[in-house]
Amino acid sequence: MGNWVVNHWFSVLFLAVWLGLNVFLFVDAFLKYETADRYYYTRKILGFCSRTLRKQLDHNLTFHKLVAYMICLHTAIHIIAHLFNFDRYSRSRQATDGSLVSILSSLSHDETKGGSWLNPIQFRNMTVEYVTFTSIAGLTGVIMTIALILMVTSATEFIRRSYFEVFWYTHHLFIFYILGLGIHGIGGIVRGQTEESINEGHPHKCAEYFEMWNNHDCRCRRPEFEGQPPESWKWILAPVILYICERILRFYRSQQKVVITKVVMHPSKVLELQMNKRGFSMEVGQYIFVNCPSISPLEWHPFTLTSAPEEDFFSIHIRAAGDWTENLIRAFEQQYSPIPRIEVDGPFGTASEDVFQYEVAVLVGAGIGVTPFASILKSIWYKFQCADHNLKTKKIYFYWICRETGAFSWFNDLLTSLEKEMEELGKVGFLNYRLFLTGWDSNIVGHAALNFDKATDILTGLKQKTSFGRPMWDNEFSTIATSHPKSVVGVFLCGPQTLAKSLRKCCHRYSSLDPRKVQFYFNKENF
Amino acid sequence: MGQIEWAMWANEQALASGLILITGGIVATAGRFTQWYFGAYSIVAGVFVCLLEYPRGKRKKGSTMERWGQKYMTSVVKLFGPLTRNYYVRAVLHLLLSVPAGFLLATILGTACLAIASGIYLLAAVRGEQWTPIEPKPRERPQIGGTIKQPPSNPPPRPPAEARKKPSEEEEATAAGGSPGGPQANPIPVTDEVV
Repeated sequence: MGNWVVNHWFSVLFLAVWLGLNVFLFVDAFLKYETADRYYYTRKILGFCSRTLRKQLDHNLTFHKLVAYMICLHTAIHIIAHLFNFDRYSRSRQATDGSLVSILSSLSHDETKGGSWLNPIQFRNMTVEYVTFTSIAGLTGVIMTIALILMVTSATEFIRRSYFEVFWYTHHLFIFYILGLGIHGIGGIVRGQTEESINEGHPHKCAEYFEMWNNHDCRCRRPEFEGQPPESWKWILAPVILYICERILRFYRSQQKVVITKVVMHPSKVLELQMNKRGFSMEVGQYIFVNCPSISPLEWHPFTLTSAPEEDFFSIHIRAAGDWTENLIRAFEQQYSPIPRIEVDGPFGTASEDVFQYEVAVLVGAGIGVTPFASILKSIWYKFQCADHNLKTKKIYFYWICRETGAFSWFNDLLTSLEKEMEELGKVGFLNYRLFLTGWDSNIVGHAALNFDKATDILTGLKQKTSFGRPMWDNEFSTIATSHPKSVVGVFLCGPQTLAKSLRKCCHRYSSLDPRKVQFYFNKENF
Repeated sequence: MGQIEWAMWANEQALASGLILITGGIVATAGRFTQWYFGAYSIVAGVFVCLLEYPRGKRKKGSTMERWGQKYMTSVVKLFGPLTRNYYVRAVLHLLLSVPAGFLLATILGTACLAIASGIYLLAAVRGEQWTPIEPKPRERPQIGGTIKQPPSNPPPRPPAEARKKPSEEEEATAAGGSPGGPQANPIPVTDEVV
């Protein structure tokens, strides 16, 4: 538990502040309608009226989802509250007993001053459904809620991973949502008493004399009401402007020419693209968004950069994992048709830079998740070539877990050249890497056993022999902990959630309680 | 967009609509709104829709993630055969179920969402999709002695065919036990005395 807090204190603090702000805003708005004098008569009909304000911040995926859940929760509260409101307005419109609420409701809509009415339901026979669909607030509310529900149901993990296009195109309904949100409050249905009306006759004094409001000699006159101006635009204006700027920037970047210098088809359906773009500069482990207009003009997909910043091109490795990627690979496989045009937006940063902040780094990549680490390892290769010995990192443990043997060929040359370079520089101990083949059968193992005495591995040709099955993390972590008893070890993973769970557990288990001894910090790449 | 199974999204939408119907119905009944009995109907209809839609159907391509505990409802839904398999039936059923809830403001959102789900189911039905239950995989009994390889049936010299096969870039080596054909055909069958 202590380790978890140390690792996550910043996120916890940020979330606590954000949640605290949400709660504060809710309570503030709620109390305003509960206690302020302007809303004294409004409260008479409605009992209580709660309105919540929603903020929209698009920062990263987790936060986006959190905001989405908040929006759904507040939408539900908002709708339920207004359902009660409308029902009460309707009942007080029907009331004929001369009570305060019926008098308030009868304040009519076509006063010469433009309507100082309180009850939005004008006539006795008007149903709440009619008011909902003929008022701006009601109509926009219904449209917004339906758009929100469609966005949420098409964004569940199952639909997103299996049918990405459904999610992507449906999610653009947010345009209707934002537009609706902006104009939702224009009608001014939520009413409060005007300033002058309060000055003439404060509700605390005049409310009890409501039967005599029509008498000319009564000091209290009929109260007058005005609508609240719409406020939601204040919240969404800044994020909307930021979003529009980002889309314009993306469009501008997409018009820039991308030159594809090399195309490599690797086994296990992986395509490597090496490209050049004017003015493009990257850091290790960053990612770019790629669009291919001939396949789908509107879809942008993220890919980690697998090249190092020191190289004069940038590259990505694309694995076939769905409609778009399969179509892309097929398009590049055609020998005789021209190469499809590619548009690139980015680069955008992730946490890979942090690898160099640790004395000892443990890098774990599963399948295509090795891509950010390829970039890091390449960068290390270049740093050693240029005799850059300022690296804080003294030792790297690299684990690559693959299902098929073909996958290892993606970065085989990288690992071979790294091996050679480390030998030449006499730094054999710097990089300790292990490859794991999880999709093995007895035949492969048979071959390995037969060739046990060979210096290089029969599957990859590397000096390091391939292991079969999954790594036993307990053994690995305890070995690392004993070899580096006083270091801070950073553990980086790019892979599936189950692996993240076991690695996180191991990090907690093998971190010593003494902060001077070995500490494991877990970092996960999020895609 | 060629390989989308619309029924999967329709299923999510219908499940969400069921929950919305239940919520709207509870609000209307608890608040004793006018005509609140439509709210009571909405709760019942919502529960029915949720139970019907909870078991996810099997995808045509790829593996399907089951919802937690859905196998109990799968066996019930399976019983109705073509009524639950066919998506035209579901489309019409959802459309009919959604209509009465449309008379009350509290539940009209459920009506709209369920009608949309009905529309997506209609699209799925037109494209020939069907609901297939996710069957639990039969547990493979571990065969005793299944991994014991028989000793070679040829006497030496035996050609070491496997050791010459190249690994890595190609497909995984096809299973090859001791090659019984081989370059040497035995006139009488050879058995090994060791058991």
